[in-house]
Amino acid sequence: MKRLSAFNVVSLTFGFAFLYVPMLILILFSFNESKLVTVWAGFSTKWYGELMQNDAMLQAAWVTIKVAVFSSTIATVLGTMAAYVLVRSGRFLGRTLFSGMIYAPLVMPEVITGLSLLLLFIGIGLDRGVLTIVLAHTTFSMCYVSVVVSSRLATFDRSLEEAALDLGCSAAEAFRLVTLPIIAPAVVSGWLLAFTLSLDDLVIASFTTGPAATTLPIKIFSAVRLGVSPEINALSTIMITVVTVGVIGASLVSKRALVKQRQEEQDAVRAS
Amino acid sequence: MIQFQNVTKRFGDFTAIDNLTIDIFEREFFALLGPSGCGKTTMMRMLAGFESPTEGKIFLAGQDIAPVPPNQRAVNMMFQSYALFPHLSVWENIAFGLKREGMPKPEINARVDEMLRLTRLEKFARRRPHQISGGQRQRVALARSLAKAPKLLLLDEPLGALDRKLREETQFELMDIQEKTGTTFVIVTHDQEEAMTVASRVAVMDNGQVMQVATPADIYEAPNSVYVADFIGDVNLIEGKVTATGEGTFALHWRDGAEPLRVKSPTGFSEGQTAHLAIRPEKVTISAERPADAANAVQGKVLDIAYLGNLSTYHVELPTGDIIKAQTANTRRISRRDYTWEDTVWLSWTATGGILLAN
Repeated sequence: MKRLSAFNVVSLTFGFAFLYVPMLILILFSFNESKLVTVWAGFSTKWYGELMQNDAMLQAAWVTIKVAVFSSTIATVLGTMAAYVLVRSGRFLGRTLFSGMIYAPLVMPEVITGLSLLLLFIGIGLDRGVLTIVLAHTTFSMCYVSVVVSSRLATFDRSLEEAALDLGCSAAEAFRLVTLPIIAPAVVSGWLLAFTLSLDDLVIASFTTGPAATTLPIKIFSAVRLGVSPEINALSTIMITVVTVGVIGASLVSKRALVKQRQEEQDAVRAS
Repeated sequence: MIQFQNVTKRFGDFTAIDNLTIDIFEREFFALLGPSGCGKTTMMRMLAGFESPTEGKIFLAGQDIAPVPPNQRAVNMMFQSYALFPHLSVWENIAFGLKREGMPKPEINARVDEMLRLTRLEKFARRRPHQISGGQRQRVALARSLAKAPKLLLLDEPLGALDRKLREETQFELMDIQEKTGTTFVIVTHDQEEAMTVASRVAVMDNGQVMQVATPADIYEAPNSVYVADFIGDVNLIEGKVTATGEGTFALHWRDGAEPLRVKSPTGFSEGQTAHLAIRPEKVTISAERPADAANAVQGKVLDIAYLGNLSTYHVELPTGDIIKAQTANTRRISRRDYTWEDTVWLSWTATGGILLAN
């Protein structure tokens, strides 16, 4: 392998330090004995124990998980449907507009998404709470799901579906029995992506939440305003772990299964 | 059994099928043969139900099939890519259509086993499509499309992905299976040898139109147009003006100063009409001396020899600059070949050896 030059080593070190030193400090101090966040007084896991006693925090964690599960599941269903229509319907009037509109929320500032949703919920008189956060999270995460799923569908051999129709399936059965099992890895990784996005969203959640539903990011954000406690560090460490596992899991699932499925499909389709 | 009545199919302003009328009979092995883009695949997809005709009607067993969706037609298709379901085993692939029908389990088992036996795939029932060879996949695709015992089986370039040896074997297997099951087969191919081998009748297509429908022998020996004669096999085409010399015999004046060619033709030609003489290279005899009793003989120089092993094709240049191909079986070893490059030879053929074509 080519050796890195001194310049490259330096830029690599600085780059990664810039990204990860803050998080490492946070993780490190979550195991701090002392109550003072900036003074190291020895290793301890007592803040994790105290976290487990903190009902408000556990309540917030429960809300967050509920929101993430519901919103990512709905987003996966809607996003897959959108991707399927866009990839399969061929050309129809306004197709470019539609696909642009699916992807636009990806680049939309979160503040604007949050604000517009808030105005909508007030406008239709929907009480803000878990339901509104679920709706809001579904809105932005379904775009991510549809991006992931449509890139898989683009390489899907259409004659597989035609074969299913030919053998007596209705269009819905062909999708359920042939298309869905084959694109399942992409759907799963879309779900994991939506789940993690929902888990750590602060901006949109704080716009659309009500007094009854506080998610973890909101809880942490408001707690920090009263001063950083090691308990928050412990909680953040847990969240970092969950999100990291989620993201790595999503990419592993999609990558491994995609490679395998493509290989199988190619083998089956473009027979040697 | 199948009737295309004045069927036209347009994609935008491209006409894929142009006012096509054709009949396909029961238990027939029918081949649609043509270059790519001639509309043969479109015809097949209309039969399967994936496309519908822009104009005209298609009847299957007397019933107009336009309103019948693909999943309710007694028609199955074997796809060019095979389109095997990668997430299902060979067994499940074959059983797929039967399960959709709601057939009871024991019957499904019996039918799938029968199909596996027919296609000699018993050993591979539990494998996934990516775990078997190309030839085996092709047989799975065939078994899957035959499992529902369709009235009509469509085969879209079924042997395209196989190498030559395997393809020839499979062609005979296909014919065998077609005879055993009594299903009507319609095969789409651009490979004329394949069409000639497997089919009982061949339709030669070009630009969305059927040029000729006939048995393989008739297509080869009695093409109805220069296009068909040229598309199928190798042919010498000689253009000239026709004069009648007697009952069913004509003289073709093909070059000023050259002896007119004598041809027998069942179809009549008007005096001075332009026509093409189509003669297959294997019907042209090559010799050192002018044969005494030959109806037609021309002299020329050997320009090129294409050695195919069993056959040799001699390209002979006439003094007029025309090149005529003559083919002979290599009954002797190559070292004992009679003619070589630059040799002056005589080419001769009988009056019935060629066919006179008006267009």
